[in-house]
Amino acid sequence: MTTMTEQATQVYSVFIRATPEQVWDAITKPEFTTRYFHGTRIESTFEPGAPYLSLAGDGDETLVDGEVLESDPPRMLKHTWRALYDPETASEPFSRVTWEIEPQEGGVTKLTVVHDQLEAAPKTAESVAGGWSHVLSGLKTLLETGEPLQG
Amino acid sequence: MTDDDLVFRALADPTRRHLLDRLFERDGRTLTELESELEMTRFGVMKHLRILEEAGLVVTRREGRQKLHYLNPVPIRLIHDRWIDKYRERQVSVLAYLKSELEETA
Repeated sequence: MTTMTEQATQVYSVFIRATPEQVWDAITKPEFTTRYFHGTRIESTFEPGAPYLSLAGDGDETLVDGEVLESDPPRMLKHTWRALYDPETASEPFSRVTWEIEPQEGGVTKLTVVHDQLEAAPKTAESVAGGWSHVLSGLKTLLETGEPLQG
Repeated sequence: MTDDDLVFRALADPTRRHLLDRLFERDGRTLTELESELEMTRFGVMKHLRILEEAGLVVTRREGRQKLHYLNPVPIRLIHDRWIDKYRERQVSVLAYLKSELEETA
């Protein structure tokens, strides 16, 4: 999305036919993240102060690093975010990602991702702008069909 | 109405597409800011924003005393992944078939 001005706060939201516990597992377990999150493996204890790491699925390269700020399973996870996959984003300061999981009526769960504190990280803001939609679309498809998105 | 129906209905109106374009340019705006860019009453803008919100294309968040409107591109992505990709792949495979057929007979 090159024509979009970099937004310091970005909000992404999706309704998923799954329980909050299933959504929490999809966010925090590597066997799920490899299937929708650009093939990456999540690694964290999800306790405040613990590292939040996103590793390349086929190796030990760290693509995103951060620190868990708050954790309230299966309702909320908040962590810092620094994208190391590109030298330009890697040199920017940490931004922040909040996952909010809210049960709705009819067996549906609303998942909202707020990526903020991007004021000093314009390259990161640009880089994640298309990515989150892809990630959440893939997460929804995986939980509802058991299959990752094609392609 | 299904989720897709709500999105298509919301997008089937030029004013609502205009509102999305304004948020695409600059996200996280108040009703007052959005209203100032449209030749429309506050009530009219509110009505359109509500339809966009029902479709999930706009998400509101409170920041202090302000209610900010954010563009949520995920529903458009879902339509892309579920509809457009499907037809595009088919078109590409037809072209690939045509190419191999033509090259074989050439």
